[in-house]
Amino acid sequence: MFDNLNSKLDRAFKVLKGQGRITEINVAETVKEIRRALLDADVNYKIAKEFTDKVKIEALGQNVLTSVSPGQLMVKIVQDELTTLMGGQARDINLKGNPTVILMSGLQGSGKTTFSGKLAKLLKEKRGKNPLLVACDIYRPAAIDQLKILGEQIGIKVYAEPENKDAVKIALNALKEAKLNGVHDVVIIDTAGRLAVDEQMMDEIAKIKAAVNPNEILFVVDSMTGQDAVNTAKAFNERLNFDGVILTKLDGDTRGGAAISIMSVVQKPIKYVGTGEKLDAIDVFYPDRMASRILGMGDIVSLVEKAQENFDKDEASRLAKKISKNEFNFDDFLTQLGQIKKMGNIKDLMGMIPGVGKAIKDIDIDENSFKGIEAIITSMTPQERQNPDSFTGSRRLRVAKGSGTSIQEVNDLIKQFEEMRKMMKTMNKFQGMGRSLKNMPMFK
Amino acid sequence: MGIFSFFSKDKKENLDKGLEKSRDGIFSKIAKAIAGKSKIDDEFLDELEDILIASDVGVETTLKIIKRIEARVAIDKFVSTSELNKLLKDEIVKLLNENTIEVKNTFEDLKGFKPYVIMVVGVNGVGKTTTIGKLANQFMKNGKTVVIGAADTFRAAAVDQLKVWSERSGATFVSHGMNTDPASVAFDAVKKAIEIGADVVLIDTAGRLHNKINLMTELSKIKRVMSKSIETAPHEVMLVIDGSTGQNAFEQAKQFTAATELTSLAVTKLDGTAKGGVVIGISDQLKIPVKYIGVGEKVEDLQVFNREAFVESLLGL
Ligand SMILES: Nc1nc2c(ncn2[C@@H]2O[C@H](COP(=O)(O)OP(=O)(O)OP(=O)(O)O)[C@@H](O)[C@H]2O)c(=O)[nH]1
Ligand SMILES: Nc1nc2c(ncn2[C@@H]2O[C@H](COP(=O)(O)OP(=O)(O)OP(=O)(O)O)[C@@H](O)[C@H]2O)c(=O)[nH]1
Ligand SMILES: [Mg+2]
Ligand SMILES: [Mg+2]
Repeated sequence: MFDNLNSKLDRAFKVLKGQGRITEINVAETVKEIRRALLDADVNYKIAKEFTDKVKIEALGQNVLTSVSPGQLMVKIVQDELTTLMGGQARDINLKGNPTVILMSGLQGSGKTTFSGKLAKLLKEKRGKNPLLVACDIYRPAAIDQLKILGEQIGIKVYAEPENKDAVKIALNALKEAKLNGVHDVVIIDTAGRLAVDEQMMDEIAKIKAAVNPNEILFVVDSMTGQDAVNTAKAFNERLNFDGVILTKLDGDTRGGAAISIMSVVQKPIKYVGTGEKLDAIDVFYPDRMASRILGMGDIVSLVEKAQENFDKDEASRLAKKISKNEFNFDDFLTQLGQIKKMGNIKDLMGMIPGVGKAIKDIDIDENSFKGIEAIITSMTPQERQNPDSFTGSRRLRVAKGSGTSIQEVNDLIKQFEEMRKMMKTMNKFQGMGRSLKNMPMFK
Repeated sequence: MGIFSFFSKDKKENLDKGLEKSRDGIFSKIAKAIAGKSKIDDEFLDELEDILIASDVGVETTLKIIKRIEARVAIDKFVSTSELNKLLKDEIVKLLNENTIEVKNTFEDLKGFKPYVIMVVGVNGVGKTTTIGKLANQFMKNGKTVVIGAADTFRAAAVDQLKVWSERSGATFVSHGMNTDPASVAFDAVKKAIEIGADVVLIDTAGRLHNKINLMTELSKIKRVMSKSIETAPHEVMLVIDGSTGQNAFEQAKQFTAATELTSLAVTKLDGTAKGGVVIGISDQLKIPVKYIGVGEKVEDLQVFNREAFVESLLGL
């Protein structure tokens, strides 16, 4: 997913490899590479500079005390700093107030309307709320229709006044209605996209805020945003003092450096992320996961949790345990493939497995590409599947024949599998360095 | 000036207005950076590097520009602010000139084709539909007949949105409604254009992230289907890029080219604070010319991209 930054950092860390301790001289090249990697990831240039300066100081201060390799040390420092920058703990949205009033804001096309639908669905299905969606975009062609269609899809009422050309009044009327009939405990106000430099439009949303006094103001931002993210976030924050940030379109391959920029500039937490166009493609934001994604350690926790939610809980935690003990075998791989296939975008999900992201970077993956893998694994004996190290040449030949593939394909698969296990092992080592797997929610 | 012959004459002013923010951003900073300095030193080049990076030009292109400037000032050590502005402009324009052929007059493209088919593609929310609405209006205003095909049959109210836009310009609207096969909409739009003897066909497609294989395959299919009725169609495949997008725009351009062989770019939302430096980077590295820029949400807020004018406006010259 964040493959580019990964390979950049890989390169940076390689420079440090084989050198016993961190000195001003041997860290300089690495720091430069990290900075470049951050810039390529769209982290704001000033923040990238501050960040690398900080990392450098940390690295120089710590080297005497530790026995780990400089590369590992740098990984830890970089990850810790990234996590801190992005806000530490995950934070929920404020559901106080009766009804709770939530106001959306953001640039054109960032994903406000879609996110309004996603949030309404989530609050309804997971929090037992009865939200009312309010269509306050009176400008964009068919904006009201769009929200209405989303509302229909998820069975949520949409308040709209197609003839009313006053967004403030519409918001007020909607709130009035919600209070009057007492059915809705959450009111989500979708607004038009606007530029921070558009005084008139910024005035409008400030007036909406003043009129409805929201419990939660969310700033919705496209994760592909470049250097401008800081300016926009700052301007919206100055005007609205928003409570949280929503990062959309994370299902793409953007590295998402904007997340780092925004957090450090406005000091507001990213509360949810959008991971697709469908209305269930919403996820909570975990700064530590994002940091580890940026660093190329894969997002194994997300993967496992997704599996947990959609499938068998026991199976998922069994899998996680196996990974942590480095006992992951072909049977597990097969199970995982089956789950991944049912979960949707395969490439995205595969990318969450440590080491796989890079391997599939330039490969087209479709459902069918799994067929060969499945055929090979099912042609193995149960013992072979549980002991991936047991493969002799004659066994490989038998498996190839049995699965109707070539010996080359079998060799490739075994090799890839081995590499994946190796990556998982490294991953465990990193986990052991600080935030151990035990501290993660799924193991509690 | 003649460079905006496609559109009305007062557009230069608009472009300036649209780019005012960019100019303030980049070149007032440069002016500040060199205030009190009469020669280019490392400190200045560092500053320049920051400024270009902050405009989303990208590390690679920035380093390229810096190198060129270094080479130039190696010959000519002492330069004034105004000389430096000119030098910068020269180098950036030159970079654009080296890699792509400039689009001078978009009516030239239409010659020899009836209809001329433009397929519009891009990631979610960048401004594809809006750009089509604006384009249709420009063509219609200049006496061309336009057919718009609603091949985004996926996003909620996408068809309704495009319909409103086509009504604004009076273009002929072809749609099969929501959740229908986009390729057959595209096919029928081209067919309709042949029937009524239209000059231009504009095909709107659903926003899609370039890493979604299935959706990219679908896009290739939409493109292929059109060539069944006119072998050379689509004559143009335009990628719309949000001007505030960072380095991911490169990957977008790469992947969309792989799926549909892009022929042009449109960069939108340049009326915001985003610097639009991505234009320079993509032109340089991917060699696909920028054809239009979007500078607002109204029907007239579309301009033919002109590098001279663009860089001049950027520099505030
Ligand atoms: N892939 C992906 N697409 C998304 C996501 N969120 C929104 N989109 C898409 O992005 C596009 C814009 O989304 P909208 O919800 O219309 O954005 P908006 O902010 O309401 O736009 P305006 O009202 O015009 O300012 C649509 O095509 C959405 O389907 C996401 O998380 N992933
Ligand atoms: N300020 C500004 N806004 C623009 C510009 N072009 C488009 N927009 C706005 O950006 C938002 C998204 O535009 P659309 O045309 O719906 O984008 P799209 O690419 O068709 O979106 P999807 O079909 O959902 O992928 C709308 O609110 C437009 O009004 C521009 O040049 N400047
Ligand atoms: Mg909207
Ligand atoms: Mg559209």
